[in-house]
Amino acid sequence: MKKSADNRQNEALKMKFLEDIFHNVKAPFEKGGKYEKYGNVLVAIDAFETFLFTPKEVTGRGVQIKDGIDLKRTMSTVILAMVPCLLFGMYNAGFQHFRAQGIMDAPFWEMVAMGAWKVLPIVVVSYGVGLGIEFAFAMKKGHSVEEGFLVSGMLIPLILPIDIPLWMVAVATAFAVVFGKEVFGGTGMNIMNVALTARAFLFFAYPTFMSGDKVWVHGALEASNTPDAFSGATILGDLANNVPVDYNVYSVSDMFLGFIPGSIGETSTFAILIGAAILLFTGIGSWRIMLSAVVGASVMGLIFNAIGATVLMDFPWWQHLIVGGFAFGVVFMATDPVTAAQTNTGKLIYGFLIGMFAIMIRVFNPAYPEGIMLAILLMNVMAPLIDHYVVQANISRRLKRATFKTA
Amino acid sequence: MSKDINIKRGLDIPLIGEAEKVTGSAERSDLYFIKPSDFKNLTPKMLVKQGHEVKAGSPLFFSKDYPDVKIASPVSGEVVEVVRGDKRLILGVKILADKETRYAEFPVADPSTLSNEDVLKRMIDQCLLAFVKRRPYGTPARPEDKPKAIFISGFDSAPLAADLDYALHGKDKEFQAGLNALSKLTTGKVHLTLHRKHTTSEVLKGAKGVQINWISGPHPSGNVGVQIHHISPINKGEVVWTVAAQDVALIGKAFLSGHYDASRIVALVGSEVVAPKYYKVLQGAPIASLSKGHVKEGNLRYISGNVLTGFNVGAGGHLGFFDCTVTVIPEGNHPKFFVTDGWAGAGLNKHSASRTYFSWLMPSKKYRLDTNTNGEHRAYVSTGEYENVFPMDIYPQHLVKAVMIGDIELMENLGIYEVDDEDFALCEYVCTSKTPVQEVIRGGLTLLEKECG
Repeated sequence: MKKSADNRQNEALKMKFLEDIFHNVKAPFEKGGKYEKYGNVLVAIDAFETFLFTPKEVTGRGVQIKDGIDLKRTMSTVILAMVPCLLFGMYNAGFQHFRAQGIMDAPFWEMVAMGAWKVLPIVVVSYGVGLGIEFAFAMKKGHSVEEGFLVSGMLIPLILPIDIPLWMVAVATAFAVVFGKEVFGGTGMNIMNVALTARAFLFFAYPTFMSGDKVWVHGALEASNTPDAFSGATILGDLANNVPVDYNVYSVSDMFLGFIPGSIGETSTFAILIGAAILLFTGIGSWRIMLSAVVGASVMGLIFNAIGATVLMDFPWWQHLIVGGFAFGVVFMATDPVTAAQTNTGKLIYGFLIGMFAIMIRVFNPAYPEGIMLAILLMNVMAPLIDHYVVQANISRRLKRATFKTA
Repeated sequence: MSKDINIKRGLDIPLIGEAEKVTGSAERSDLYFIKPSDFKNLTPKMLVKQGHEVKAGSPLFFSKDYPDVKIASPVSGEVVEVVRGDKRLILGVKILADKETRYAEFPVADPSTLSNEDVLKRMIDQCLLAFVKRRPYGTPARPEDKPKAIFISGFDSAPLAADLDYALHGKDKEFQAGLNALSKLTTGKVHLTLHRKHTTSEVLKGAKGVQINWISGPHPSGNVGVQIHHISPINKGEVVWTVAAQDVALIGKAFLSGHYDASRIVALVGSEVVAPKYYKVLQGAPIASLSKGHVKEGNLRYISGNVLTGFNVGAGGHLGFFDCTVTVIPEGNHPKFFVTDGWAGAGLNKHSASRTYFSWLMPSKKYRLDTNTNGEHRAYVSTGEYENVFPMDIYPQHLVKAVMIGDIELMENLGIYEVDDEDFALCEYVCTSKTPVQEVIRGGLTLLEKECG
């Protein structure tokens, strides 16, 4: 007992030291300080201070105690859920690179190192540009910096091809943060998913860097000039060109575990499922959306299997769930609470339609082999409409209950 | 037709410091304090001045808008101060109690033999209407209301709240008389709702002349608003009245004895209380008369009421008019370093409705929670949290947003007439964005009362 008290005291002293630093740094910018007119800098300092210290703010009127959760915890839980995808993405980037060159027995760490060397700069650029803009807007408006971009900043790299030029990452991130989010009022106010806005921007602005068979594997371009004639196309890309899956090249377990070409974080359904488990267990992600999206996609896939007119329609419905960005989109982006439907019933409809549209776009529009991105963006726009009807149903139930009507 | 309701959505916050079922002796206190702010949306008009002598049960002030709502003094003695704040706002009345309590005398009467009008008149004259609240708005009942029913919750499900089974023990006559009186005030029924598992008291279970309903499930199953919603929901234009169970006994005793006896069984609870137990005290009694010598050292918060809906009154504060619980918990006014006890830590001592902290590993753990907000106010990001703790067919987040934009028609449509701020207390507790939900809802109700009457 005594020892723990001592520890606490030591800790308190250490913390006091850090608190003093913040106090000293902030002093000149506060009212009456030397740099008072640059008072907005306080917003930025506060962002760092509240990162290190949960403020001493206490409850007032209303509840006297509050749940331990806050937006920082929520966002960091989501980031934690994405870590398996990030790590596997780095490994797979190296793996695909060496395979393109015909090297099948490269050392594990060399593959990871190569992948990290390509992936980490994208992460850094995404966070750097996005947070830079967020801080700038927060300082301009005098708001505190909200945590929304912590997740978007990690999502953006994971849904891009490995060979994307860094300046494009920067431009897309800037576009997404400014026009996807800040113009609507910032975190919590946006209509469309920020990360998907960035991806859609790149997809339509620089299509050659976002589709085809040369962008998904680092070094695929050089490899394609060698006599081995390596194809760096994704499975969906091949299918859209009426090339059936060669299960000798990509087995079903490759698809599930993620040893296939694709965007950095989306290939491994296994890693995504780990993330999904974290999101569902902690209660951060909506099981309604995830489940109904899988059901929707399965239903659509089964319908297409029954018709079976093209190679894509013949692609087994359950394999749709483990190739391309479907799993990643459903787990990490369809569940974005800000842009999804907000009512529980609405979430079921929203998820189901995302699943259906994702597969429908894949099959019907070979120019867009990645249907999940457009499906989610479309349903982002439709989500308020879904909620509207769900809430209206509640209102009419209430009005019907009334024994008399007033004008 | 007795109803049996099962509630799934809700949350029992496991806190340290539940009261043991024994009644300790409170220190005798001289100074009592009755404050108008315990009554929602009430503008007080004073009836007494400094130096006036009052009896227990004689009125101190009344509602400016509904003069029949009068608030009585819990003790006899001298008014020592009418405490005023900014713009001469009346904060409360301080009364110095006599050694022997002198009561304002009323004839002894059995309410079941009185006519409906006589019961209402007696309720007004003896200042008992102050104990009756009305929905919509959660404000004091108005005599001209024609309530379609009167609701009484027979248990309090809030964290660490006083056990009404224990508090009402031996008060069967008074409680029944109170019920008899109330049943004269409505054209409909008096509903008494008990907990399927927790209620054992014969005083409650054996109540006559009322409809006994059963409910089971976590907090807020004991909130009368939730019970109304499931038994006889309020539509626009309808009014129901609600009374707290201990106050029913108080009303009954006022009829039977002719005296206004403001004593009640209050639980002193919370992690910082040395031996939490019950005390018999009067309304408006100093918190110190209970807590002195019974609380731990440190920077503490004294709450009159429970941790979800109570008020921070301070060590020198007084028991609120309606409160049957006093909670003492640690203050949290110190920064929390992010990896040790902040947002990035394992959080073994943090309670959360989510499972984002590793405290989920210990499902039966009880917590010592402080008053820190555990994060800053943010825009709404999470959805579905409120729904998980809000057992009504109402969309809580949509209703809160409707209030925020001041859209009266939308508020009405979304069911604001059925709720009181206390029904949103759990929403406020679990809110990731730290939105002051109860304050928002109270603002909406105040606006609605002003605009729609």
